[in-house]
Amino acid sequence: MSDALSARNLSVEQRERRLDEIRREAESRGTLRIVSERPSGAPFPRASSENGYYGTPLLKQPPWTWEIPLYFFVGGAAGASAVIGSIAHYTGADRELVRHARWIAAAGSVISPPLLISDLGRPERFLAMLRVFKPQSAMSVGVWTLLGFSGGAAAAAFAQFLSDRYGPSLPVRVLENAGQAASLAFGLPFSNYTGVLIGATAIPVWNQSAADLPLHFAASGLGAAVGILELMGHNKNRALQALGLGAAIFETWEGLRIETRNREELEPLKRGLSGFVTRAGGVLSGPIPGMLRVASLFAGGRRSRKLRSLAAASSVAGSLLTRIAWIQAGHVSARNWRLPLREDAEQLREDHRQSELAAD
Amino acid sequence: MSITAFLTDSTLCIGCKACEVACKEWNGVSDDGFEWSGYSYDNTGALGASTWRHVKFVESTPVPGLGGNAGDMSWAFSSDVCKHCEKAGCLEACPTGSIVRTEFGSVFIQPDVCNGCGYCVSSCPFGVVERNPSDGRAFKCTFCYDRQKVGLEPACAKACPTESIKFGEIDDLRRKAQERLDVLHSRGMHDAAIYDPLDSSVAGTHAMFIVRGDARAYNLPPKPEVPTVYLKKAWTSSGIAAGLLLGGTLLAFLAGGQEK
Repeated sequence: MSDALSARNLSVEQRERRLDEIRREAESRGTLRIVSERPSGAPFPRASSENGYYGTPLLKQPPWTWEIPLYFFVGGAAGASAVIGSIAHYTGADRELVRHARWIAAAGSVISPPLLISDLGRPERFLAMLRVFKPQSAMSVGVWTLLGFSGGAAAAAFAQFLSDRYGPSLPVRVLENAGQAASLAFGLPFSNYTGVLIGATAIPVWNQSAADLPLHFAASGLGAAVGILELMGHNKNRALQALGLGAAIFETWEGLRIETRNREELEPLKRGLSGFVTRAGGVLSGPIPGMLRVASLFAGGRRSRKLRSLAAASSVAGSLLTRIAWIQAGHVSARNWRLPLREDAEQLREDHRQSELAAD
Repeated sequence: MSITAFLTDSTLCIGCKACEVACKEWNGVSDDGFEWSGYSYDNTGALGASTWRHVKFVESTPVPGLGGNAGDMSWAFSSDVCKHCEKAGCLEACPTGSIVRTEFGSVFIQPDVCNGCGYCVSSCPFGVVERNPSDGRAFKCTFCYDRQKVGLEPACAKACPTESIKFGEIDDLRRKAQERLDVLHSRGMHDAAIYDPLDSSVAGTHAMFIVRGDARAYNLPPKPEVPTVYLKKAWTSSGIAAGLLLGGTLLAFLAGGQEK
């Protein structure tokens, strides 16, 4: 209601005259079209091709709670750690490094299932997951991968404990080798399958990153695994330095890719709180540890180790933030009612793909 | 058993919400809270764990010359329901095998198997499935599987006073939808259309709709996608990632691992 015509500013006579006007118009036209009669809140929401159904989101937000991004982080670090431990063992590297890598993998294999189970709506029914194996369900594949990885990593760490304590023996060595082989075989997919898990969903920001997410998550997991190992004292190992540098370079590239892909679906990675967390995670995983590592190459002795420890801490924090950011972006994306209602979404995507290819 | 389907004809819907009530009563579904949305007479909001039928009240600006006698505003109603996709994202995603395809062609969540992982919620291109926070499991329209088992029509279709909700054999209904469309077009309602996304990756739905105007005003997506179309891309990326991780780690340790 406009202020000039607001009942409060009018005298009694003016108000009465106004009522007469309204009555006359209603009598003569059968309807009221006086502008000032629009109630507050008008114009009323309209459903249309532009507004959708009053802007009500079509998609549901993922129901997952805080356990899931943490599980993504732990699983990524543990999987990559198992790979590092196994390869370090096969190549005859420092035994302390192998031992620590196995402990990290085993810790991850112990922490992961409770995180996953406590997120279920019916945790007591976790075993229902093991009724079937469905290759078309990334979660089914993931659960079986977790099972294999957990068994392998726990067996390898247990064998490590036995041989450390009671000395090597044949059965222990068999257990150790079998556990290690399993943790390597399952650790490889385990460190990145969560990218497939969220990539193959109806959430636009996730499914439009389906080809990026597994590589991104693998690099993030590797950065975290290397970081944790370095923080445990292996900050002189050259192989870890090389791996950490590789992960940081990849994450820098991924960060640039996120920043430069101009797609409506990917907005949550750049705007708002989810965009801020994505950037923070990206900077902590990519450029910062990358530069610190390069600097450590030219620094001597203690200074070099200190720089590497800083890079390690940054990578671990960045990896955790990255997982939180992607889940958060999924929530924002699901709330955007415009995306699923776009008429020729597929055509637009194809156009974008072509222009991206042309730009590359 | 024949494959059954819904045909919801919004041109016949009077917005009485009998389908919502019948569904809740028959299936014992709890209320959704009593809140005013401000969106016409729709205070139900959207399909979800406790809403398996949802009457939409589409207030929009009328297009002149397409039949009807609306003044400033056209008012359309349409009862929304789980689409029971031919290729269902929720069914593919379910890691427990709780979600199954029934002998009637519908998509059914077995409540005694579901462990509430919530993956189906993110995999439904229509935003239908939802986890019930107080129960923990995921719920959606059952297509009255229990009633169909004994030869009865779903509760919503039975309660519908105008036969806006039609239930029957799917090919039969597809034919009826076309016939109804021809009638509507001959009456000048050229904006009437059938919503049945046969050319999308969900390959058609077992709940079809006749709506007037742009289907997007009814929150019906023009190109719904079953998320499994992204699997190939994602697993390829996963394979490359695993290869790079393995190769990179081998290289790093062979080149420089001996040194402490």
